[in-house]
Amino acid sequence: MIASPKLACRNVWKLYGPNADAFLSNTPSPDFDAVKSAGLIPAVRDANIEILDGEIFVIMGLSGSGKSTLVRCMSRLIEPTSGELFFDGQDLRKTSDKDLIEIRRHKMGMVFQHFALLPHLTVLQNVAFPLTVQGRKKPEAEARAREVIDLVGLQGREGYFPRELSGGQQQRVGIARSLAVEPEIWFLDEPFSALDPLIRREMQDEFLRLQALLKKTIVFITHDFDEAIRLADRIAIMKDGAVIQVATPEELVLNPASDYVQEFTRHIPRDKVMSVGAIMVSGANGAGEGIPVGAKIADIAAQVIDAGEPLKVIDADGQAVGAIDPAAVIAVLINRDA
Amino acid sequence: MEHKQLISRGVLVWGVLLFVTWILSRYGIGWAENAGLNWIAEYPSAWVVPLTTYISAAMNWLVEDANFGLFTFTEMTRALSWVIEQPYLLVRALLAEGFMQGSGRRAVQLFPPLSWIAVISGVVALGHYARDWVLAALVGAAFLYLAVFGQWESAMITLASVVIAVPIGVIGGLWLGILAYRHPLFEQVTKPVLDLMQTIPIFAYLVPILFMFGFGPVSALVATVIYAMPPMVRITTMALKSVDPEIVDFGVMTGCTQRQMTWRILVPAALGSLMVGVNQVIMLSLNMVIIASMIGAGGLGFDVLASLRRLDIGGGFEAGIAIVILAIAIDRLSQAFAERSTRMVPSVQGNTVFARHPRSTIVVVIMVLAFLFGQFIPAIQTYPEGATATTGAFWDDGVKYLNVNFYDQFEAVKIFFLSNFLLPVKRFFLGIPWVWTMLMVTALGWTFGGWKLAVLNVAMAGFIAMTGMWEKAMITVYLCGSSVVIASVIGIPMGILAAVNDRAGRVIAVVIDTLQTLPSFVYLIPVVMLFRIGDFTAMVAIVLYAVVPAVRYSAHGVRSVSPELIEAGIVSGCTPRQLLTRIRLPLALPEVLLGLNQTIMLALSMLVITALVGTRDLGQEVYIALTKADTGRGLVAGFSIAFIAIIADRVILASARKARIRYGLESVHD
Repeated sequence: MIASPKLACRNVWKLYGPNADAFLSNTPSPDFDAVKSAGLIPAVRDANIEILDGEIFVIMGLSGSGKSTLVRCMSRLIEPTSGELFFDGQDLRKTSDKDLIEIRRHKMGMVFQHFALLPHLTVLQNVAFPLTVQGRKKPEAEARAREVIDLVGLQGREGYFPRELSGGQQQRVGIARSLAVEPEIWFLDEPFSALDPLIRREMQDEFLRLQALLKKTIVFITHDFDEAIRLADRIAIMKDGAVIQVATPEELVLNPASDYVQEFTRHIPRDKVMSVGAIMVSGANGAGEGIPVGAKIADIAAQVIDAGEPLKVIDADGQAVGAIDPAAVIAVLINRDA
Repeated sequence: MEHKQLISRGVLVWGVLLFVTWILSRYGIGWAENAGLNWIAEYPSAWVVPLTTYISAAMNWLVEDANFGLFTFTEMTRALSWVIEQPYLLVRALLAEGFMQGSGRRAVQLFPPLSWIAVISGVVALGHYARDWVLAALVGAAFLYLAVFGQWESAMITLASVVIAVPIGVIGGLWLGILAYRHPLFEQVTKPVLDLMQTIPIFAYLVPILFMFGFGPVSALVATVIYAMPPMVRITTMALKSVDPEIVDFGVMTGCTQRQMTWRILVPAALGSLMVGVNQVIMLSLNMVIIASMIGAGGLGFDVLASLRRLDIGGGFEAGIAIVILAIAIDRLSQAFAERSTRMVPSVQGNTVFARHPRSTIVVVIMVLAFLFGQFIPAIQTYPEGATATTGAFWDDGVKYLNVNFYDQFEAVKIFFLSNFLLPVKRFFLGIPWVWTMLMVTALGWTFGGWKLAVLNVAMAGFIAMTGMWEKAMITVYLCGSSVVIASVIGIPMGILAAVNDRAGRVIAVVIDTLQTLPSFVYLIPVVMLFRIGDFTAMVAIVLYAVVPAVRYSAHGVRSVSPELIEAGIVSGCTPRQLLTRIRLPLALPEVLLGLNQTIMLALSMLVITALVGTRDLGQEVYIALTKADTGRGLVAGFSIAFIAIIADRVILASARKARIRYGLESVHD
């Protein structure tokens, strides 16, 4: 997968406290304790992340790990203490305030944990708000707003006020509002954390449906590892302000970078994360019409075990690349180390 | 254990100091005279800095000579006053006097003011629009009362000044508040100024305003706005700061410019709190009504003041009650509007003007009809005088009856308090050598707030001494202190009772609410009638006015003790009495202290008003300055009162905070 980074963070630091700038220029890369002993609060430490065009990039971490600060640094809602930010190759930290306003108006969208809907506006007015801020005419803005309201399935509720809607519906309004300007990059800051588990699941499905339709570049923040695994193309795990590992869900489960990461992955059913490619025998021959190399084990397990013999694995072009053994599938299902 | 000892040692030290103070107060002056150290006992008049003369001279220069190149200072104030006066005259003509041509006796009325029927239908429509028929009936009845009891014209003049002062106060306050929100530096500068503006008695800045704008409604409006605006500034800044940070982030991410951010995100999102500020401005404007009449506002305030000067209790009471009724109507109306703004009522769609604006249409129709018919039937234009009622005679007779039958009893009470309480306290405060008082004030600051507070206290007390206000300040402290003690002795147990006993709580709440809506002057009228002029009368009026927060805060403090702690107490087998003395009262202490603080503030603000009954304190100084238009004297005395207030305020707040920290209700670092 070769794609240009849509958004890149290089050595981004954010320290809170007096004279954070001076401290950081004197001590170029302090560790956690050094920052603490200087009386500063390390929110983000030396973050290096590249977000590729069209992927769902999830930043996962527990509360206080700095994930919300990092995503706010990316959009310069919070000014980083040091480091570089590139959006489509443009240096965001050198962008003037005026240009930044333009970028935010047309290219960025954000969804918030507690929805951040304006209480005095109706659903329609809330969704049309970003468009009217750009100075577009009211009829035009409202026509576009109706489109996105339909997209998130809220037709018929245009005249409601936010407080008249359930949490899930409010977040649908938040999503519609952030999509109204057709952003190129879409920030979602724990969008489903404030919702009940059942609704959360429903909203995750809704989110995947929208993404299949829209193919945005997405930065998604969550503290829920299951959610991260479910949605992500790639995941960055943060702890104490630092990014510990950036990997696909499968890599995380198979090769956790540290005990901390492993602690998260332990309870994840591996068959839902691991793909056929991870356990096939390369170059071997197998029977059958061919199983896609990218398929998840959970989806093909019954088929392989029922066959009772190694089955052929094929790549995206239909070429045979190896075989998958029922014993290997069973090992994954019962969570035994291969 | 160690903790407890520390406290009792502190109590011991202060006890000893108090004793020393008493000894010094008794004999100090004699000793100093014998030792030839008179300057210790009394601040030498040779050391007084004639600040009053400097200020008056500066003021004279400002008004007579100051020139900004293109225009002089006087021209500026005249222009400003013209700008304020025009809308005021318009509203006043509309509500009260009609549009005139010519002046004096030859004036011809071109157009009559709005008929009383039209105004009442207008406020009823507003009430219905803002909430429901109940509110509409309430405000309608209130205005009808004004008409029936013959207060209509004065009330409309008062209403006109409120209608002008409130928008200026709200818009100005909003603007300054937004500025303070945007620029933290500006906030740091304005905060102490606002503090000072709220602690200086209003009278003190009446003098310079009078000097600049002359006697008349404009001066009154300016004073009203200055008095009513500070809470709006504070509430605006606070409300904008407490807007959900996610909503602020959303605004930035949407690419809002600063202006869009303010007007499309922050202000609408904070609307609920901002409306509280608007309500505050309205209430403070109405509070100011009587005081403003001293520098030229007409209307109900003038009626009260005039009655007070004539000792016409009935007339004063009637006008005073009319102010209260007007205040209640406007207060309820503005509160309903505040609620409505957060309720988000969708706008009504319709094809005709009537379908979209049914109430406005009806009101306009009534106005036109009332105007037309009013031309032929005077009763429609103006409420017929013959149909007015009055309660004046009732009040007069009531007071007369009390005076005739209970004169001796009242006199006995008065003399008892004077000779056993007020005079000894007065002698005590006046006897303390000023150097010792300075030391004690410094020590208080040091103990509760560290060196910063100590320095502040020295500077402020020093100002009072240096400007030659020391003796008057001590009389102020004595009068105010005695009143606060009495107010606390009455108010704190009442508050505790209200919190512990629901039925008592309801009765007390009604009493307190009533006391709070009465304008401060109204207290004076009955008290003067019963006790005549003098310190005792002043004290009773101050206590009545200042007892409210003592009750409120104690009740709130006792009520808001965490229910878990009460349960813990019950489980440990506390008797109800133990619950009160061991758990509720100690934990309510910080709140009670805040109440005490408010009581002191109110007492000080009432001081100047009691000057009308012949006190001899700083309040009297301000009042005399007002009648003589002596800017320097008024300002210096005003500042002195403000400084006493600030010293008391800071020391009590610091000790309340200490108590909160001790109970773990607040962390040391906040």
